[in-house]
Amino acid sequence: MEIISKENLVYRPSELLTGATFNFCPGCGHGTVVRLVMEVVEEMGIQSETIGISPVGCSVLLYDFYNIDVIQAAHGRATAVATGIKRVLPEKYVFTYQGDGDLAAIGTGETIHTCNRGENIAVIFINNGIYGMTGGQMAPTTIPEMKTSTSPRGRNTDTMGYNLSITEMIARLEGAYYVTRQAVHNSAAVRKTKRAIRMAFENQKLNKGTSFIEVVSSCNSGYKMTPLQANRWMEENMFPYYPLGDMKVNGVLKV
Amino acid sequence: MKELRLMKGNEAIAEAAIRAGADAYFGYPITPQSEILEYLADQNPVETTGMVVLQAESEVAAINMVYGAASAGRRVMTSSSSPGISLMTEGISYLAGAELPCVIVNVARGGPGLGTIQPSQADYFQSTRGGGHGDYRLLVLAPASVQEMADFVALGFDLAFKYRNPVLILSDGVIGQMMEKVELPEFRPRRKENESWATTGKTPGRERNIITSLNLDACIHEQHNIKLQAKYRRMEEEETRCEAILCDDAEYIAVAYGASARISRKAVEQAREQGIRAGLFRPVTLFPFPARELKTAAKNAKGLLSVEMSAGQMIEDVRLAVDCRIPVKHFGRYGGVVHAPGEVLEAIKTFQV
Amino acid sequence: MTEEIIIAGFGGQGVLSMGKILAYSGIMQGMEVSWMPSYGPEMRGGTANVTVILSDKPVSSPVLNHYDTAIILNQQSMDKFEPMVKPGGILLYDNNGITRHPERADIAIYCVEAAVEAAKTDPRIFNMIVLGGYLAVRPILKLENVAAGLRKTLPERHHQLIPLNRQAISTGMELVKEVNKK
Repeated sequence: MEIISKENLVYRPSELLTGATFNFCPGCGHGTVVRLVMEVVEEMGIQSETIGISPVGCSVLLYDFYNIDVIQAAHGRATAVATGIKRVLPEKYVFTYQGDGDLAAIGTGETIHTCNRGENIAVIFINNGIYGMTGGQMAPTTIPEMKTSTSPRGRNTDTMGYNLSITEMIARLEGAYYVTRQAVHNSAAVRKTKRAIRMAFENQKLNKGTSFIEVVSSCNSGYKMTPLQANRWMEENMFPYYPLGDMKVNGVLKV
Repeated sequence: MKELRLMKGNEAIAEAAIRAGADAYFGYPITPQSEILEYLADQNPVETTGMVVLQAESEVAAINMVYGAASAGRRVMTSSSSPGISLMTEGISYLAGAELPCVIVNVARGGPGLGTIQPSQADYFQSTRGGGHGDYRLLVLAPASVQEMADFVALGFDLAFKYRNPVLILSDGVIGQMMEKVELPEFRPRRKENESWATTGKTPGRERNIITSLNLDACIHEQHNIKLQAKYRRMEEEETRCEAILCDDAEYIAVAYGASARISRKAVEQAREQGIRAGLFRPVTLFPFPARELKTAAKNAKGLLSVEMSAGQMIEDVRLAVDCRIPVKHFGRYGGVVHAPGEVLEAIKTFQV
Repeated sequence: MTEEIIIAGFGGQGVLSMGKILAYSGIMQGMEVSWMPSYGPEMRGGTANVTVILSDKPVSSPVLNHYDTAIILNQQSMDKFEPMVKPGGILLYDNNGITRHPERADIAIYCVEAAVEAAKTDPRIFNMIVLGGYLAVRPILKLENVAAGLRKTLPERHHQLIPLNRQAISTGMELVKEVNKK
């Protein structure tokens, strides 16, 4: 097998992944983002300096996959937990990894106030518009008319309210230093997301405020579609509500 | 000589946190304990000892900040009053489940609901039975003076780290708001050593550390619970603290903690002046409850009076301690009303008829 | 010796700080002390009271229902606390705004017209005039210890006010007069 040589290497999983099988459904965007974070930590050589906070939701078991120190937080409270540890270990890199239910529903208060204080952490926010772990219920980010198990006739904005674009709110907070919305549905998007994660970690050296990355991702099992259909549906229906791109870079609003 | 000051209980506990080498305090204002955060904000210890003080956006956030900082193996404290403690109970359950050390202060006020800002001891059940979901206990210290407010902070941190368990200092509006002479404890340095279990960044020499209260496998989680229970039994063996005053020959013993113990002590003095052989038994730890010590103190007693600013909560532990062999009555004003020594004296006298 | 005192009046009259000065003075004299406020939303105009205990033994209950001395500064407090003075005890009051004067015959009653006097010079010294009245009728604290207690209680940035306060204490000591004879 002379093809397996260093020169021919095009991809290998990050050495900071434990090798445990991801618990995510095939086709889910989580798996991609989870590995990107560890690639960045590995490339920056900051394994011993990094503390991750896992939420309640599909990524609750983050610590099974990551060979770094991880704290599992109560539902919605990841950024408060991150605040606590960052304040006593200000030299460390601290990130949270949260879904839309965790970050934008039950944890809205903690999210807003952490970013408003400008805690010097990275927040990685996976928005798939649905509750994956509990089986496809409506999320704060579920778009109008979208069907979920708790909006079976589609999200009726008259009675269920509108989808929450929390990232746009975060961008306007003085404490937020870097705010962007990315996706992982194709390889170009994956590369851009990785660059964004890298910037969020690099920013922690500057001590200038919170870095916040939303990743719009599909949940094919929640949408009851094939992975391909789910990504296409996301592009056509989610992106108009959640346009990709930087909202704030180096503390300067872009939109 | 140590430094003598006239301080409120709340101020003493705040000053003691700085002196105990605390690394961080996270809190949210609520009467009657806001002086703790105010005092710390005024002292600004980040410039002296390096202790972080942060006003959180809610009690929910505050206790989760405690969870984060405690995960680093640091000395962390928060404080609140009854309704705020209720908000924190989710986080406290996580702290207990993840076996994180911390000190939580409850300067209790009257409930239920928003209740009143006046003193109360109606959080006894919540404090001694865990408070939140799941089978867990907090180690509960009940100060009865401003001096003990100061002294129990360092003790609380030591016990919290000894058992890797949250310690609750259950105070009340009387002890928090009153001023007394206090001999401030010596300064001790903040912790330098890293706990082996703490999430401080995985270094090459060790396995990664995980702070979690989750086990998807029930059998593994049962083992975790068994381990927790063994820890609580060890606390019951080793950590009971109490004070027995004039109990040896006492026919009637008032059992009381915190402010009620102070008030009952006066009632006992008045009873003795009237020729009634009364005594006071004061649990200092509420969990573990000093049951054996109470049983011994009450060996000659004809009646026990559980004096508490509640409708009668500790009375259950008092009855269990004496196996219901001695008549046990409850006396207490509650809902924010503080009983006077004369009322307690009258209640003691009811055993005589 | 144990002296159990209630000081009661309106918020803003300096009730709590008068109590604190008394307590600190007690410490300066080597006594055991406690200071227990009726805390609450005590804005200017609301009721405020504080129980101060000075003793040569450790203080048991900081909360009491009978007092050796009641210092009363408004009508509501008169109605509430006059009956709670121990027989043989002392009631000291400022008659400004009092419509029903104390009636007990089994206690010593003193009056100090502090509000009227303070209005002549500086309203802030009202409570120190009252304190002077107390120190005159119940001379258990040495004046030098009161001066030390005052220094401990006032933040350093207000230490230039100490002479004014000491003068007010002297004024109160002269002004106080016995209303009845036991």
